Amino acid sequence: MSTQDEKERLELLQGTLDMLILRTLIFGSQHGQGIARAIQQSSEEELLVEHGALYPALRRLEERGWISAKWGTSSNNRKARFYSLTAAGRKQLVKETTKWKRLATAIGRILDPAKEG
Amino acid sequence: MFRRKRKASDFSSEIEAHLQLESELLREQGLTEEEARATARRSFGNVMHSEEHFYESTRWLGWDHFWQDLRYGLRVLRKAPGFTAIAVLTIALGIGATTAIFSVVDATLLHPLPYGQPEQLVTLCDDLPGIGAHDVGMSQPEWQDLQRSGIFEHVSPAQFDENNLTGSSRPARVRILIVAPNYFALLGVKPQLGRAFDPEDHSPGLVLEVLISDGLWKRAFGADPNILDKSVRLDTDLYRIVGVMPAGFDAPGRTPEERNIEVWAATSFYGAPMPDQPPRNRRSLPTAIGRLKPGLTIAAAQSRLDALVASLQKEFPGDYPRQSAWTVRLLPLKESVVGNVRQSLILLLGAVGLVLLIGCVNVANLLLARGSARGREMAIRRALGAAHTRLTRQLLTESVLLSLIGGTAGLLVLFCTKGFLLRHVPESLPRLNDISISWGVLFFALGASLVAGVVFGLAPALHARRLDLNHMLKQEGRGTTGSGEQTRTRRILVITEFALSLVLMIAAGLLLRSFWDLLNVRLGFNAQNVMAVRTRLPDPNDPKADLYGSPAQEAPFLREVLRRGRTLPGVEEVALGDTASIPLDESLRNLKLISEGQFLFTLEGDIQNDQPSVVERSSVTPEYFHLLGIPLLRGRLFNDLDNDKAPQVTVVNEAFARAYWPNENPLGKRFKRNRAEAPWITVVGVIANARTQSLAQDGVPQIYLDLYQTGGKRLAIFLRGQLAAAIPDQVREQVQSVDPTLPVSGGQTLKETVSASLAERRFSMEMIALFALTALLLAGLGIYGVISYMVSERTHEIGIRIALGAERRSVVRMVLRQGLGLAIAGAAVGLIGALIVSQLMAGLLYGVRPTDPMTFAGVTGLLLGVAVLACYLPARRALRVDPLVALRHE
Repeated sequence: MSTQDEKERLELLQGTLDMLILRTLIFGSQHGQGIARAIQQSSEEELLVEHGALYPALRRLEERGWISAKWGTSSNNRKARFYSLTAAGRKQLVKETTKWKRLATAIGRILDPAKEG
Repeated sequence: MFRRKRKASDFSSEIEAHLQLESELLREQGLTEEEARATARRSFGNVMHSEEHFYESTRWLGWDHFWQDLRYGLRVLRKAPGFTAIAVLTIALGIGATTAIFSVVDATLLHPLPYGQPEQLVTLCDDLPGIGAHDVGMSQPEWQDLQRSGIFEHVSPAQFDENNLTGSSRPARVRILIVAPNYFALLGVKPQLGRAFDPEDHSPGLVLEVLISDGLWKRAFGADPNILDKSVRLDTDLYRIVGVMPAGFDAPGRTPEERNIEVWAATSFYGAPMPDQPPRNRRSLPTAIGRLKPGLTIAAAQSRLDALVASLQKEFPGDYPRQSAWTVRLLPLKESVVGNVRQSLILLLGAVGLVLLIGCVNVANLLLARGSARGREMAIRRALGAAHTRLTRQLLTESVLLSLIGGTAGLLVLFCTKGFLLRHVPESLPRLNDISISWGVLFFALGASLVAGVVFGLAPALHARRLDLNHMLKQEGRGTTGSGEQTRTRRILVITEFALSLVLMIAAGLLLRSFWDLLNVRLGFNAQNVMAVRTRLPDPNDPKADLYGSPAQEAPFLREVLRRGRTLPGVEEVALGDTASIPLDESLRNLKLISEGQFLFTLEGDIQNDQPSVVERSSVTPEYFHLLGIPLLRGRLFNDLDNDKAPQVTVVNEAFARAYWPNENPLGKRFKRNRAEAPWITVVGVIANARTQSLAQDGVPQIYLDLYQTGGKRLAIFLRGQLAAAIPDQVREQVQSVDPTLPVSGGQTLKETVSASLAERRFSMEMIALFALTALLLAGLGIYGVISYMVSERTHEIGIRIALGAERRSVVRMVLRQGLGLAIAGAAVGLIGALIVSQLMAGLLYGVRPTDPMTFAGVTGLLLGVAVLACYLPARRALRVDPLVALRHE
């Protein structure tokens, strides 16, 4: 029972995480730590990204061909693996964003029906 | 999918980079080096888990597990050297022996014959089933008909002969095959040097060209590269050598003599020295092979051939009497070459396969015993979360590893002993030279090892699935589980082993009895102290050049050889005969020489007028019968008055007299060769039957003609007495002092001839007996192991019984009962199997019925005896159990 619950939550998070990563990369290529930090900051620290979960997600996205990666040097002169958005990734981001917005609106409607007039 | 794979190390360094970037950031925010590092790690989560996750997702896990299992398996095997040694040895024995036999089967039965498109090659057999004559050969006009029939690409008769080759240091007897000019085109082989005959050469008489074998080229001509166009004399006739066949080229044939041809000569079988127009009813071409038109199956060819035969019979009713029912049979060439050893070889392969299987059962038993010792290990691994499949796989990997090691060991031994083993294969085995450890054989060995590994690994592996964790872990440190189920499996294995062994032993027993009966058969002639030396008189193409052309010309030579023979030291008696008269001469079996062997004849005053019969015949001098100790029953033997001027006479054996003149006095009866101009032959004597034609057959009708009346080119000189080893050489000197051009060979004692005629039987009998003994040993060990195990398991119980006053006898009885129960159950199953197998091998038996009760009872008794012995030893150990020790045992 409990594993079932966890799985569902994970799934949801994963999907979201993927979208957030793609979104972050729209501003240019970035390494893993940078992505984690960026998500944290742009969500005004509301979202705490577990860094360990980030890398499997990055790998997944890379395997699907939505992002590409190569080793480079960071601003403070450290070697890091930089990810950038591919064309397919861009398309995927649009798709995901639309889906997410629809979902959010729909859920919003249910949770707060009064608003709709 | 085919993107470049990311390495685990790359992933790790990425994570490391992340941690460094993060901690740097944190340090900038004011944390100390140590704090920063710790916080970075904390916020990352489980690094190991991430790495592991990555690792597992990038590889095929099975491979990893396999390597793990393999390494672990090797470690386990190393840790139990005794067990490993026994198991590897058993498997090595099984795989080695099976592979050895398979390499023979592979070379003889599985490989196509080494000729071009061998599947199109056939042997043609002319039969006259109406008069019980088979393989009677064809006539020249028939051959021509077949050539033109459109069924065959080529047909070539083949006639075996022995000739005197002169030109080399000493006159030599060479094996020669007289074929049609299209012979080599038919077989699709080319000489290594020079050329083959011109297939279109249809000129009369013999083509004055020969091809020689690689062996003769090297032996007699020192591998002279300029051999081509040199001339050799064969029986005083001059031939030009036009080609040398490659090494390893064997003529297709059943016997070594037929295969090891040294000289090929060609003719279209008409024109001097043969008749210009050979008559249709004279079957002078003893064998023939053919190549079917492309795309024609043998069945289709046979039906077209049947139609052809029918129309020829209609066209020439005088040459093909209806009663004889002439047919021509097509056989795949391969069948005629290896057909007669197929059954023996398959039996051998089956036997050795059984040994392997029994070996597997034994190893399975060992593994099971060990499996129970490792029960705790398995239980702990299960408790720690190892999956069922993972454990099964590990056990199977171990057993396959074991069998592969065993198989490799077996192959190595085979490689090392190859030469030794090959020397023991009878020479008569066709395609002996092709036997090798080829890729196919290696694949077979590998496959057999893998299958064996799975077979004996399966039972222990399946058992590991059904471990009772609770029970196992509760047992303190001790390995034995002895679950009821496991014991049951082991019993079933032992029963199987006994059943298989019994089948094998009964097969061996039947062969042994057949062989024994053959050895002790009443020969009807005395083979003691008799030797046969051969010589051959020249048979030139031009009859005028023939010094021994008529019996009258030959007689002085025969008398002189007899006279000189008697003067040799130790010689008591001398006789002469043609080579057909050599008793049980294996080299002549299945091999027809012109005018020798089968003899078509017509009885005088036969009611069924003109119906020819066929009989084995030989020409001998009168001393032959006394020398071989064949008694005269009626009438007289040949005497000096029976010369070439006198009417022809014959001595027949009892079987012949019975067959043709039952209840009549055979003396004075007449018959003649089945030819218009042939003279009448009068029966003057009847002798007792002797098994000179076949050891296995009694009462083969035979006739003997007088050598002084028939003459003969291929002669045997029989000598009886205390013969020294130098006798063959002394005979050569004597013969060559009469005529220096004559080759002299042989010098086998009749004992050796008789023994050689049993070579093939002896070989398969010895092999099967060896396998059966191995099986018996393995089965004995198997039951010993199981009973010992049971006893050790019940030490406690036995101790209590003894302590409570049980009689020792009853304890022994208890143990024996258990063991014998298994043995009897196994024997019962085995008897059923043996009944089936013995029916299948009926063709290989002589003298015993496939259900011979003595063999069945004897062998079963022997097996049970071994079982009792194997059980008695542990039972005695059980008796020595000290009740005090036994009670403390737990």
